[in-house]
Amino acid sequence: MTTHIHETTSFDADEFGWFGGEAEGFGGRFMPEALMKALIELDDAWQKAKADPEFVAEFDAILRDYANLPSPLYHATRLSEQLGVRILLKREDLNHTGAHKIRNVLGQALLTKRMGKTRVIAETGAGQHGVASATAAAYFGLDCTVYMGKVDTDRQALNVARMRLLGAEVVPVPSGSGTLKDAINEALRDWVASVDHTAYLFGTAAGPHPFPTLVRDIVRGIGDEARAQAIEQFGGLPNAVVAAVGGGSNAIGLFTAFLDDSDVEIHGFEAGGDGFETGRHAATIQANDPGVLHGARTYVLQDEDGQTIESHSISAGLDYPGVGPQHAWLAKSGRASYTSITDKEAMDAFALLSRSEGIIPAIESAHAIAGAIKIAPEIKERHGEGATILINLSGRGDKDMGTAIDYFKLGDEK
Amino acid sequence: MSTSVAFEKAKAENRAALVGYLPAGFPSVEGSIEALTTMVEAGCDIIEIGLPYSDPVMDGPTIQDAVQQALDGGVRVDDVVRVVEAVASTGVPTLIMTSWNPIERRGVDRFAQQLQDAGGAGLITPDITPDFAQEWIEAADARDLDKVFLVAPSSTDERIAMTTAQCRGFVYATAVMGVTGARAKTSDLAAPLVARTRTTTDLPIGVGLGVSNGAQAAEMAAYADGVIVGSAFVRTLLDNRSDEQAALKALASLTEDLAAGVRAR
Repeated sequence: MTTHIHETTSFDADEFGWFGGEAEGFGGRFMPEALMKALIELDDAWQKAKADPEFVAEFDAILRDYANLPSPLYHATRLSEQLGVRILLKREDLNHTGAHKIRNVLGQALLTKRMGKTRVIAETGAGQHGVASATAAAYFGLDCTVYMGKVDTDRQALNVARMRLLGAEVVPVPSGSGTLKDAINEALRDWVASVDHTAYLFGTAAGPHPFPTLVRDIVRGIGDEARAQAIEQFGGLPNAVVAAVGGGSNAIGLFTAFLDDSDVEIHGFEAGGDGFETGRHAATIQANDPGVLHGARTYVLQDEDGQTIESHSISAGLDYPGVGPQHAWLAKSGRASYTSITDKEAMDAFALLSRSEGIIPAIESAHAIAGAIKIAPEIKERHGEGATILINLSGRGDKDMGTAIDYFKLGDEK
Repeated sequence: MSTSVAFEKAKAENRAALVGYLPAGFPSVEGSIEALTTMVEAGCDIIEIGLPYSDPVMDGPTIQDAVQQALDGGVRVDDVVRVVEAVASTGVPTLIMTSWNPIERRGVDRFAQQLQDAGGAGLITPDITPDFAQEWIEAADARDLDKVFLVAPSSTDERIAMTTAQCRGFVYATAVMGVTGARAKTSDLAAPLVARTRTTTDLPIGVGLGVSNGAQAAEMAAYADGVIVGSAFVRTLLDNRSDEQAALKALASLTEDLAAGVRAR
């Protein structure tokens, strides 16, 4: 069994979707009335599905036979030597389609089938969630429309082609900044008009209740697997678990299994872009300004009028001006700590992992590697020789080679 | 002044009320005041002023376009309040229609006070529902401001009852499942929704989404207390953006057509 989707933690939302309660906490369901019935139905359907052993068994079988899961937990020996702590990598880069995101879409699409809907829609930034959604739609025989900012369709032509090959309709969104947040807006607009037969495959553990909980439950297998593998292969729990945080699905997927292991430190790393102090970043939690974006109260990059400020990161997957509400609560409650990694730190880690382990990570995941590099000395100090950091290597870097070629000038002849 | 005054007046005249919308700051702050004043003079009974927001989920392309122009022009929340003050001074009940985050960011109580000081009637809040609007409900109740929440064709009877119990002024019934924007045909979902809503409340019911001409307004006026028009006004300004006088003239004649429609029930 790879997934523990029915299990709970002390950091779950209440029935209204509040993490940490309505007064002090985050989440909720700030949505047009037109979508309320669908969101309530989705919540009900999920509660029933995850309690149904047949559904769970079917999900497990699909993950195993189709998505190549569970992914290995790999001891990165050369990197461990360099950092003086034991580094374990959860190899989500080896999953079908190359990232943790396949878990989310297969889970949501399986639920869509169960609910009798025939069409799925999704938003995508760089195209990874779009490709995953198109893949799941092809697998289950569902119609699929993917909304993608016009700026992103222009710079991610390869992923647009992949989605179309997989049979999805890709709709470029020119409004606003033409990026991920605008793609979400447009997907929500579609959903308001199509909700009777269409499911919205939300790409991260954010948005209105129940999405933060639903997506978290579906991707928590990352941590469930890693926790069992750490005990079985390496004799115990790690001292710290580390992941990159954009919307936060790979991070919550890893963290959930460890939330009630109070001895395990939890560290999330946001995209620091040009550096937090420059204002050009996507470090939403660090900016510490609560607001309501895309259906949830959470930390938001915004100006004093509450207008969303555009985020900046070399990593398209982390380039989002909000964050999942459970992360906001884990930060505020002190259970997890969140800091940021600059573009440069992430790209240095991208190169380091490539050369020391022969693994080219997604730039998103490189933020987690950079974070581990940063905290390794203090982890060693707190936990002694043999201290262990477990990192979610959430995706592979093939999609980022264009960025790498520009950044490292790999195309130069001399 | 509460919108209920305008609904009572319309009812006494055995007609529906005409509710007109434009975003503040489009085409400019002064330009929006002039346009809205024109709409008042030509027959709008109630005005909705849109507060431009960067991520409006409920708006279709026409209003998005106008809102983006307003934001690009640098419109601020304080400008929106200024537009409210100017339009409310004509004596017509004036509401703000807004996405939630700008209100939350300013502080709900502080915003409610500013709105009241400007003579505003209240808020229409399309992207939140009463079960997540406790702070606004308290701030509005303390000042007797209108709280206009939406009901949709997808709403269950229970949710309609819960929603109308929290409304003051009127109830906003969305005629279609979809975002704002003019549509060629009126919706067959609107009349049943109004009927279901009526069983839960004595408040007036305004119907919006998709209305663009007098004939459609007349159809809706047959069963609704108010007809709400937004995108068609915005479209008129967008189509005449190079000629301000022509724009105002077109706006006045659209208003007159719609005002005749709400009287032809």
